[in-house]
Amino acid sequence: MSEAVSALQGASYDGIAQVREIGLQGMITLRGDLGNTALKKAAAAATGQDMPGQRKANVKDDSGIAWMSPDELLILVPYDAVDARLEALGKALAKQHHMAVNVSDARAVFELSGGPVVREVIAKLCPVDMAVGAFGAGDFRRTRMAQVPAAFWMPDENSVRIVCFRSVAQYVFDLLKGAAAPGSAVGYLA
Amino acid sequence: MLILTCPYCGVTGEETEFHGGGEAHVKRFGPGSSDSEFRDYLFSKVNPKGVHFERWRHNNGCGKWFHAARDTMTLEVYGTYPAQTFEPPQEIKDAITAKRPGWSWREFS
Ligand SMILES: [Zn+2]
Repeated sequence: MSEAVSALQGASYDGIAQVREIGLQGMITLRGDLGNTALKKAAAAATGQDMPGQRKANVKDDSGIAWMSPDELLILVPYDAVDARLEALGKALAKQHHMAVNVSDARAVFELSGGPVVREVIAKLCPVDMAVGAFGAGDFRRTRMAQVPAAFWMPDENSVRIVCFRSVAQYVFDLLKGAAAPGSAVGYLA
Repeated sequence: MLILTCPYCGVTGEETEFHGGGEAHVKRFGPGSSDSEFRDYLFSKVNPKGVHFERWRHNNGCGKWFHAARDTMTLEVYGTYPAQTFEPPQEIKDAITAKRPGWSWREFS
């Protein structure tokens, strides 16, 4: 049995904000009819969180549900729990047209922390309005981070969690480092 | 810079979050069609100055295809609407008429 490692094995950086690859995070892509009661129940049972609305995420620590598209959810669970939760999802949705796939090792997850300045770090890289009131805790956004797709949410007012493809983990880490470089605060959003 | 609203996820984003997919409402001609129909399906696209209908994909987002009605000269977007339709909805046509009375595009006006 090989030892699972995350893309950057917990790499971190300290600038005007702190960047950290959080290590192994269980992630399941669940596609299907999001209005279906069985699917909502199964997603809630897998994560202990309620079904989020459009472009929202209900996440606590490493468990939760993020709304990816009208027919797709990102299910976050502890890395070691993925196989068991996948099996439970498959059983609960056996009669529904759906797809549930373990994508944990296909992605990388970063945490950006250090206060309201995290809004500026994201705003430098993504075409998203990061002003207070336009984006906040509970919101979830899929977008572009410089040249690659990424998604993020704010667990609280002082931090952001970012998901990207594993193959571009180093690129995204470098982007975040650049945007969080000492002396680079803009002072517009924070 | 175009500002588009994705009808599926509701994001209003600038055009680099999306990808253009060419002319909208193109009727497919495949096996069994005449050579001229197939040629027109592949190559005969309009390139108007003014009102235009296009397909776009929210590629750096929810991933869905949708339609957009916009003006190629002013970059104004009259509206966006789902992909599952053969023609622009009436409210999109009305929005265009309000700004460009007498407009026409292909068989629509
Ligand atoms: Zn979208």
